[in-house]
Amino acid sequence: MVTAGIDVGNKNTKVVILDGDRILARYSRPTGFGQKDALREAMAAALDRAGRRWPDVAAVVATGAGKNEVDFARERITEVGADARGALFLVPAARTVVDVGAEEGRAIRLDTGGRVADFAMNEKCAAGTGSFTEAMARALEVELDELGPLALKSTRVVPMNAQCVVFAESEVVSLIHARTAREDIARAVVDAMAGRIVAMTRRVGAQGEVVLAGGVARNAAFVKAFGEGLALPVVVPTAPEYVTALGAACAAREKTGDGGKAHV
Amino acid sequence: MSEARKEFWRWKEYNWHNPDLDWRAGKIRSAGVDVGSVSSQAVVMVDGELFAFASTRTGADSPMSARKAFDWAVEGTGLTLADIHYTVGTGYGRVNVPFAHKTVTEIACHARGANFIYGPGVRTVLDMGGQDCKAIRCDENGRVTSFLMNDKCAAGTGRGMEVFADLLGVPVEETGELSLAVDEEPEPVSSTCVVFAKTEAAGLLRSGWPREKVLAAYCAAMAHRVVLLLERIGVEPEFAITGGIAKNAGIVRRIERELGVRALSTGYDTQVAGALGAALFARALAEKGR
Repeated sequence: MVTAGIDVGNKNTKVVILDGDRILARYSRPTGFGQKDALREAMAAALDRAGRRWPDVAAVVATGAGKNEVDFARERITEVGADARGALFLVPAARTVVDVGAEEGRAIRLDTGGRVADFAMNEKCAAGTGSFTEAMARALEVELDELGPLALKSTRVVPMNAQCVVFAESEVVSLIHARTAREDIARAVVDAMAGRIVAMTRRVGAQGEVVLAGGVARNAAFVKAFGEGLALPVVVPTAPEYVTALGAACAAREKTGDGGKAHV
Repeated sequence: MSEARKEFWRWKEYNWHNPDLDWRAGKIRSAGVDVGSVSSQAVVMVDGELFAFASTRTGADSPMSARKAFDWAVEGTGLTLADIHYTVGTGYGRVNVPFAHKTVTEIACHARGANFIYGPGVRTVLDMGGQDCKAIRCDENGRVTSFLMNDKCAAGTGRGMEVFADLLGVPVEETGELSLAVDEEPEPVSSTCVVFAKTEAAGLLRSGWPREKVLAAYCAAMAHRVVLLLERIGVEPEFAITGGIAKNAGIVRRIERELGVRALSTGYDTQVAGALGAALFARALAEKGR
């Protein structure tokens, strides 16, 4: 028997299929309107990748902004709880989890028992989320995954004054007009973003090790700036955007009594 | 960036001068230049009477934008910079007005400008600019007694409205009127952040809402946002709105509705209020210098 976690994010829906301590499959597709049929299809595609079928699934747990749309889930858990479980599964020594997704940033501090001790969220403003880097990549006319490598080439620190995504977009355009090197603008963008996430992480009283999850963790320049700003050891798992879905799969495993103690 | 796509956010630049006013006959010719983050305005006054103005887009180069605004204001009048006795720079880029004799904050200038435009009865001024929003309290002389400002977040600013104009494919000047073309007020957009509000609006459009209804929902949210700022400072009538958004009836009506206070109306151009205030300060300073 396997368990599944489904994380219906603002941008992508992620599914993780877990067989005991083994990750069988990861699957991701754009959330779109988050219709129930599409969520079922995502689940089916993940099972297909895992080489399993619906009857093999002992339990499904849903999380993410659209978790209530998952009508085949046995239970729904918060993204904070899912992040904590997913991070501990991958890094048992984790004491802090930071998850930066498309439209939300979260910092979670865990106690020595792996329980959530404190957390902070950025959900009102796009400035501390993936939307920020996405909008800036658009303004710079580079692909999102090129932003990090470009920023790493920078040799000069250019300050960014704007925090708001909309204002920062205009600022990037002004910097381009002023003939500022694109790599320096990319770095300014990444540094500004990292600065916000560092501040949020400090608010929860971060301790090492820090697990960095979410799609933004794929940006190497961000990871570097974040680690330097926080001055704590930062671990980026192999598939950072799946940590939340993995945590949901862990929660599903707890339901079936198939190993794994309830951490949260 | 694709040039072929129509840019709905792109508001029109304009200039005006009074052909019946003989500027050569005036004793003091003063100028005010307001270099904002989105638009720049220049106003020329002759003995305290409005003679000419222009409103242009702020380019990457602030000193050039300041000069462009001034030159365009006096275009075709025969008046040049050399004929101006005193110039005051204001706005976000006020230090970048190379031909200004002095700079004055935009808060002071907007209060002074509103006092001129709307009369000495004005006690509360809401300036809704391109990238900021200010709630100002002032006395009968247009002197600032207190103010609050939001310049960190695009919600409640002209820039936010530009983003929506582009999303909906409605010229930004028409957004206000169109937003009033609804039979019933929809629930305001729930997101504060413009980026999230845009996502929310895209969802509403997909679910079949007509553009005017989406605009109404956004205008209501924007109005609510600035009303919160106004309530923190306290609104004392008479109440007036300056800046580009003062021309957006969809926002103005909804602010009035939520506040329960009517905003004063005027025949003057509200977008040049800051530059006008600067020109009035310039006149006073020129007189003092004599």
